Amino acid sequence: MTDYALELDRVSKRFGAVQANKDVSLNVVKGSIHGIVGENGAGKSTLMSILYGFYQADSGSIKVFGKTTDIPNSHAAIAAGIGMVHQHFMLVEPFTVLENVILGNEGSALLTHSQAKARKVLQDLSSDYNLKVDPDAVVGDLPVGLQQRVEILKALYKGARILILDEPTGVLTPQETDDLLQILEGLKEQGVTVLLITHKLKEIMAVTDNVSVMRHGEMVAHLSTEDTSPEELAELMVGRKVVTQLEKPSNEAGEPVLTVEGLSVVDSQNVERVKKVSFSVAAGEIVGVAGVSGNGQTELMEALSGMRPVDAGTISYGNLKISPGTSIGPDDLRHAGIAHVPEDRHRVGLVTAMSASENSILGYHRDDTWNQQGLLKPALVEKHCAGLMAGFDVRPQDPKLKSANFSGGNQQKLILARELDCEPKVLLVGQPTRGVDIGAIEFIHTQLLKMRNRGGAILLISVELDEILALSDRIIVMCDGCITGEVSAKDADERTLGLMMSATSDSSSTSTEEQAE
Amino acid sequence: MIDTILLTLDATLRVSTPLIFAAFAGMFSERSGVIDISLEGKMLAGAFTAAAVAYTTESAWLGLGAAILVSISLAMLHGVACITFRGNQVVSGVAINILAAGLTMSLGLSWFRQGGQTPLLPDEARFTSIHFPFAETLRDLPLLGGLYSELLSGHNILVYMAFMMVPLAWWILFRTRYGLRLRAVGENPKAVDTAGISVTRLRYSALVFAGILCGLAGTYISAAHNAQFVRDMTAGQGFIALAALIFGKWRPLPVLGACLLFGLLDAIAVRLQGTELPGIGVIPVQFIEAMPYILTVVLLAGFFGKAVAPKAIGVPYVKER
Repeated sequence: MTDYALELDRVSKRFGAVQANKDVSLNVVKGSIHGIVGENGAGKSTLMSILYGFYQADSGSIKVFGKTTDIPNSHAAIAAGIGMVHQHFMLVEPFTVLENVILGNEGSALLTHSQAKARKVLQDLSSDYNLKVDPDAVVGDLPVGLQQRVEILKALYKGARILILDEPTGVLTPQETDDLLQILEGLKEQGVTVLLITHKLKEIMAVTDNVSVMRHGEMVAHLSTEDTSPEELAELMVGRKVVTQLEKPSNEAGEPVLTVEGLSVVDSQNVERVKKVSFSVAAGEIVGVAGVSGNGQTELMEALSGMRPVDAGTISYGNLKISPGTSIGPDDLRHAGIAHVPEDRHRVGLVTAMSASENSILGYHRDDTWNQQGLLKPALVEKHCAGLMAGFDVRPQDPKLKSANFSGGNQQKLILARELDCEPKVLLVGQPTRGVDIGAIEFIHTQLLKMRNRGGAILLISVELDEILALSDRIIVMCDGCITGEVSAKDADERTLGLMMSATSDSSSTSTEEQAE
Repeated sequence: MIDTILLTLDATLRVSTPLIFAAFAGMFSERSGVIDISLEGKMLAGAFTAAAVAYTTESAWLGLGAAILVSISLAMLHGVACITFRGNQVVSGVAINILAAGLTMSLGLSWFRQGGQTPLLPDEARFTSIHFPFAETLRDLPLLGGLYSELLSGHNILVYMAFMMVPLAWWILFRTRYGLRLRAVGENPKAVDTAGISVTRLRYSALVFAGILCGLAGTYISAAHNAQFVRDMTAGQGFIALAALIFGKWRPLPVLGACLLFGLLDAIAVRLQGTELPGIGVIPVQFIEAMPYILTVVLLAGFFGKAVAPKAIGVPYVKER
């Protein structure tokens, strides 16, 4: 008989009208790495929250190491040996690594004693699991990869024998991801059971022993990783066949329509975030900007779209030139045929409190088409929105629905529909598929390629390397505000891009300067 | 000259005492992530209660106890509004300030019928100066004698408590398990929650500390520094304490320094009244009295670098899906 670390039997959870988990059963073999995949909203996070005591199941039972266990709160989960590494780290940034690790498990009321003891335990854990971190470093100063190690150490310090990782690689560079996967293998060797939740099928294939697929709150398949393939998993997740490999016909790039020269941009704290960057985008090509988030991409996008003033250098869209001192805003750019799908659809892309139809003309709402004597023509706007929704498969197809009530993928499709509707010459897109289902990703990618094929120029900023590789004709890599590399998509692979993304010193920095000159 | 300096410093200690209590009250509450605009209201209610109870029972200590209880109750009201029901912390704080200003006045009017004041406290019913041994004998020693008998000796017990409270508060915040958790909950309550510790309980406990300290501050104002309650007698000291808290970047020693600085300004202002400065002449009293407040505005306008508040301050904690 197999030993199970976790046995879930028909666990259900309902939030109001939404059945988040329905009769979910799951067996996790002790000492294995078990993957759980599913689209956004498939119920993975709810299930994990139940395991970690954030929510309680409405029905069903949970066995931990063969014993039926009630998990009313996180405390009980920790006591049962369950540890969790959350997608958004649960760390106190101004605290040291040591302080973060002992928080909630201090041992005694006075810190001096407990810290000395913890330091010793931490050293043992670090060497046992090959998780090197300086215990006295301030967590806020550590790179993301190391912060994640602190999270893992935290769980281990609390005595976790089952480690749940929720989308752990979303914020990591490819190299950091490799390191993490190695750490997970190491944990497994030491007998720790690992539950890996991700939407990245490649990672599932690389490290897991078994994989379970969730869809619409239900478990739809339990598979042994050896016997499955990414294609099969994708199909199970979505419930239909998915084209993961997009067809990208070769396309001759035309004249440059966007030229950036020596561009520098400072953020609101007056820190230089984009440093003397130069590149161009031609008609009929997609240029991807790769990089770990927070390396100047956001500020670059804001400057290109007219949302943030330029500190130095110029941005030229044909005859339209933005340089320090010019007052060309997003409105002028829109009318010149430059469309923008912002990174943050909730804050910038949509006004979530307004209806879909109102959002469908946002930014174009002053156009004569929609106005009569200074008043909007709501019926016409609604009809227009219904048309967009049909064309871009936005569901539910209700122009009057508040845009906050659409799922992420549908919100994004609505924005894309709005921006593509007037056939722009240039499209600036930031993170088009962040938090979007596989099905919608496929659709969005197809639309972007369509625009390219009809001769539009696209600048695509994304932290998803797969996306960059699948869509781009040319790829530029940003690190610390500089362009640290430029390659044609044919010659690019994840490894070389990853190295450029983490370029900090030696040979790469010289190439940085050359690029910047 | 030395006498003038000594007297000014002596006054500084006395004026700073309520600021120190209140600022540290704010430190506990805000380090836990709860904005405390209501320092002023809690102090005022504490001052009224202390004077009223001390007068009725003729015991300063009973007055202090009652003031602390009332101040804690107001803090709990703040807690119910903004921890349990996740209301807006600033609005709740302002409401408590208004409540305290109104209640102290109308209760004072109906209980004592002296236009909102409480009757003068006899010496037995207030905290009077404590004189250190040999203070009088040593007074004539050069420098040290003055320092000992003027500056150190001759304050009431609450002054000494305030200054002893500072290292104690530092020790609690930075050397105990409770302090670690308290600081953590003001930065990232989720981290605390996922560590299996109750965010709600921690924040309430921080407000209890705030209540106790504001009760001490209020008692000092009405039953130690003065001998009766006068309406609105806190006169914005709660807000000055808040300013000192922010200026001191929520850290014990700098906050103590800020309180002493504000106290010193106040003491100098009193000293300067009516004296003629060479080349300037007599400075108008109003201007001098406005100095601490003007300085507060200038200091808070970021004159001395940006103050980084606890990250989760002002945000009610909601478990997410």
